[in-house]
Order: sequence, then C-alpha cells, then structure tokens
Amino acid sequence: MLYRESGQFKTNYKQDSAIFPILQDRIAIMFYLAVAFIVIPIFGSNFFIDSMMIPFLIFTLAAIGLNILTGYTGQISLGSGAFMGVGAYSAYKLVTIFPDTNVILLIVLSGFFAAGIGMIFGLPSLRIKGFYLVVTTLAAQFFLEWAFIRIPWLYNYNDSGAIEVPRREVMNVIVTGPEASSVTRYLIVLSIVVVMTWIASNLIHGRIGRSWMMIRDMDIAAELIGVRPLYAKISAFAVSSFYCGVAGAMMVFLWLGAAEVESFDSNQSFLLLFMVIIGGLGSLVGSYLGAAFIWMLPVVLRALPKLFGLDINTATVEHINFMIIGALIVFFLIIEPNGMARMWSMLKQKLRVWPFPY
Amino acid sequence: MDLLYQIFIAPFIDMVSTPDFLLQVLWEGFVTGTLYSLIALGFVLIFKASGVFNFAQGIMVVFSALTLVGLYQAGVPAYLALILTIGVMALLAISVERLVLRHMVNQSELILFMVTIGLSYFLIGLGQFIFGGETKSMITEQLGLPTGSTEFEPFGGILILQHIDIAAVVIAGILVAGLAFFFSKTRIGRALRAVADDHQAALSVGISLNQIWAIVWFAAGIVALATGIMWGARSDVSFALQIVALKALPVLILGGFTSIPGAIVGGLIIGFGEKLFEVYWGGLLGGGVEGWFAYVIALIFLMFRPQGLFGDKIIERV
Repeated sequence: MLYRESGQFKTNYKQDSAIFPILQDRIAIMFYLAVAFIVIPIFGSNFFIDSMMIPFLIFTLAAIGLNILTGYTGQISLGSGAFMGVGAYSAYKLVTIFPDTNVILLIVLSGFFAAGIGMIFGLPSLRIKGFYLVVTTLAAQFFLEWAFIRIPWLYNYNDSGAIEVPRREVMNVIVTGPEASSVTRYLIVLSIVVVMTWIASNLIHGRIGRSWMMIRDMDIAAELIGVRPLYAKISAFAVSSFYCGVAGAMMVFLWLGAAEVESFDSNQSFLLLFMVIIGGLGSLVGSYLGAAFIWMLPVVLRALPKLFGLDINTATVEHINFMIIGALIVFFLIIEPNGMARMWSMLKQKLRVWPFPY
Repeated sequence: MDLLYQIFIAPFIDMVSTPDFLLQVLWEGFVTGTLYSLIALGFVLIFKASGVFNFAQGIMVVFSALTLVGLYQAGVPAYLALILTIGVMALLAISVERLVLRHMVNQSELILFMVTIGLSYFLIGLGQFIFGGETKSMITEQLGLPTGSTEFEPFGGILILQHIDIAAVVIAGILVAGLAFFFSKTRIGRALRAVADDHQAALSVGISLNQIWAIVWFAAGIVALATGIMWGARSDVSFALQIVALKALPVLILGGFTSIPGAIVGGLIIGFGEKLFEVYWGGLLGGGVEGWFAYVIALIFLMFRPQGLFGDKIIERV
C-alpha cells in the first residue's frame, strides 16, 4: 500500500507498451540506480563491494543469459559455466594479442566468441529437447573444460595453466590487474550489467523475444504461424552465450584477477541454473533476485556463527552451508515453483489492493 | 597423410600386434561399463516409476558407500553395517517421498529435476557433515569380497583379471536378474510397471502412488549401494564419484530412458568405447578424452536415433 496507480491514464500506444507504466515504478528504478551508482561506491566498504556486489552483478548477468535460453526459450542448458569460460579465455587472448586496445571493449567483444561456440553447441536443439538437450549441453561443458586444459595456446603456454589478468589502463585509470581499486571495477561491472539488462529487456519485449517465447510455449504452433525454429533457437543460444561469455570475462578480469578451469566447471553451471530457477524462469527481475539469493546466502551463513559467538570450524560451516542451500532449494521449489519473481509480484499485487482484497 | 595413418591404421595395427593388451583394455571397458550400467539402472528405475529424472542417484551411490564405511569405522561389524546401511537407504527413500515428492505432484519435469539437484546438494552436505570430506577406502575384505588377481596368458601375452572386478560383474548380473524377476513376477513389480505406464490408470485400480514411489526409491538406493561398494573397491570412496555418476546420462541416451536392458547395453557400449578410444586414439588429442567421449557418442547418437536403442518414447520432431 505504498502507492496507487489511480489517476495515471495511458493516452497513447507508447505509454501503453512502456516497461514501467507507473510513475512510482519509474521513481523506484531511478532510486535503485542512484543507490547502486552513487551511494554504494561512496559508503560501501571494500569487502562489501569486492565480495558481495561485484560477484552478485556478474552472476546476475550470467543468470540473465541462462534465463534467456531456459526461461524464455525453454531450452535447458547445463553448459553455461563452460560458456563463461569461453568468454574468459577469449578475453584473455584478446588482451594479450591487442595490448593497447581498450580492455573494457575487449571484454564485451569476447562475448562474441562465446556466442559462436554457443551456436555450434546449440545446433542439436533443433532436433531434440528436454533432458536429451541437457546431455548435449553437458557434452559442451565437459568438452570445453577439457579444451581449456589441453590446449596450451589458450593460456599462453604458461606453466600453471591459469590465466592471470595483466594490468591495463583506460584513460589513465587502472582498470584491471591487482592494483585496480574496487570502486573502479565495481562501477565498470555495474555499467555493463545495467546496459546489458536494458538491451535484454528490449530484446525480450521485441520481435525476437516474442519468437523465443512462442517456441517455448508451443514450438509446433510457433512454426505454423511463421516463426522459424532454426533462427529462434540458434539466436537464443547465441544471445545467451554472449551474456554468459561477457559475465565470464568480467568474472576473471574485474573480480577474481586470475582463474583456472575449476572456476568454470559443471558446479558453476548448476549454480547458475539454481539462480534462474529460484529467481524465476522467464523474468529479468528474477535473475537479480536469484543471483542475490544464491550468492549472498553462503556469505551470510558463513558470518552467522561468528555473530552468535559460536566457534565452529570452517569446514563444518561449509558442509552445513551445502545442506542448508540444498534444503532451501527444495523448500523453495515446493512452496513456489515459479520462483522469487512470482513471490515479488504477488506481494506487490497484495499491497496494491490492500486493505480491500476483493 | 600421416594424420590419417595415425587415425585409421596405426591403432588397428597396435590392436592386432598385441592382442593380450587389447583383451586387457576390453576387460577394463567391460567392468567400467558394468558399473555405468548399474548407475544408469538406478536412474531408469526412478524415471520409469515417477517420471523424475533423479540427479541425486550419483550422490546416493557416494552416500551409501560412505554410510557403510562410516558405520564400520565406528565399530559396527561389517555385515551388520551392510544391513544398517540398507536400513538407512530405506529411511532416505521414505523421507524423500514424504517430504519432497508428495508435494511436487503435477509439477513440470524441469522443476522435478531441479528438486533432485537440490536434494543432491543436501546429501553432499549431510555426507560431509557426518563422515568428513576426506576419501575413505572401501571395506572390501571385511565384506567377504575377493581380492587379488588371476593372470592368464592368451596369445603368449599377459592378461590380469582382478577378482574384485569379476565379483562386480557377477553381482551386477545377479542384481539385474533379481530386478527383472521382481518387475515381471511379483505383485509389487507389476504395480510398478502399471505406474510407469500410466499414473492415473494405476491410481484408479487402487495402486498407491506414494507407496510405489517409496519402494522404487528404495530399490534405487539398493542399486546405489551395490554400485558404491563395487566402485569404492576399485578406487576409493570420495565425492568425486559424483562426477563419474553423470556418465550415466549418455548411457541413458544410448539405451533409452525407460529401458532396463537399454541401460545395461548402453553402459557396456560406453564402457568399451571410452576405454578403446582413450587407449588407442586418445594420445592424438593429448589424452584425458575419457571425460567427454561418452557425451560426444551420445550427441552423435541422438542425431540419428533420439529414442535410444530400446526406448519406447519417440520424441516429437521439433
């Protein structure tokens, strides 16, 4: 009951198709953006920015990518971790081949390589779907993991087999490498994520997004009314992998600073799928909520025992973490299989009609 | 030309010139294949009866093996520990049915699949919490399983058969035969097949779905325990087994999701194919191809026969 939309009339088509048709919603989104862009960089501690906000935003971007594929197009994928890896490794190669080019540009460009690989592994989806597709995406996952280890060209033949981010400057500000400040990296990640969310939102509400959703809801009917499954599915795989790839590149360049294959293994793919499902399939807000939940929860759980003054060793906490996450996932799926985005919209609806629910 | 020679001719020359080694590789493939079949069997049992694609089967293998070893280390005699472990698996089956599946009726396949992933996270945490994260060795001797090896000398070479491998194959055979008997001859088995055919029809002739689900999860638990013991005896009991269990997916693709013979044949094909490819062709690609070869076979296979070798459900053309 924070606000009502009475008195706000839609007088033309443009207003009717707006994403935030209500004035208060637009104010709210401006408020969130202001908090994210101004308040957090000024008042947030380095720990908060480094280990909470940056990974949260990066996982959000990857979750949006997976959501485009699984939530909007209905193709289940367990290869998203590997596609993040493709982005990371190609960004690394690009940065070493073109040392003088703007590194942020290269990070975004690396998404195109992930998109290409994603299109190749998306081809089987033209013939199969459901769990069979899960297996083909797992094939992508394990094949790419193997490639990251066995093709030394990808990590410039160094001995450790890891990729390490070199120091790069953009307009005399250190952007990547160990010396880069958290706030700089945070602002870059935030800008990329906000812009790419905006693009995703436009894609989804546009012609291409509608063709994805038609394929998801009923592929045969979609084909009959003129959606070409080939283009719709492959474009979904391409866009999804692009998002995952950029997220992977940002993860290495703007968060971890160095990475090995383990950062992109099948657990990562599962984690992303959790984010999408818990957050809500087919919802951009859901991707944010899911990423926040799955990422913040372990951080909070780790901090809890200290808060209560309990002395439990870290291994035990880690094990209990696993149990709690597993149990919460099951619990969430039982009470609301449509995810947190659905809960959020139900809550909003309840507040909107309160105190006269009928 | 050299590359073509390396791919198409050299491996076969190797095979013919050292037939004893080829036999050894084939035997290895056979044993791994049997174990893959066992894991796949657990998947098929549950998928047939409830339509749930049980991702937690792999962790159930680890969990059962850990329980067995953990109980033994706590001072329980080996055979009593085995019986207690079976009890634990029954308890797990009943609680999964009560706490999870019962609330998930009518949900989409994807949600059910995700629930089992959640379940496997829970079991990983629980297993590590109770038994610790370190690897343990299986109590092979205490369970009366044979150790040691026999050597043959075919073609003037040498072929080593581990006794535990022979035992694994025999036990897998007995288990499969037992399950086949259970499914075709007993009252509960017929009820299980009825549920697999059509949930609603089964309900309307008075079969309790909840009971059937608990039973089928228990059966999968027993299969998991057998797999855990055998695999644990070959290597060690650790959580890495879980990744191996994912190999059951390509096995299922080859065999078809709903077919028990399919699971066995598929497992053997993957086992043989993987070992042969790794040994004779893997070197060309820098080794380590075992990790993805099975998936690539499945991928190629899907292109031509999406319903699997023995599967009954033909996927509609997209």
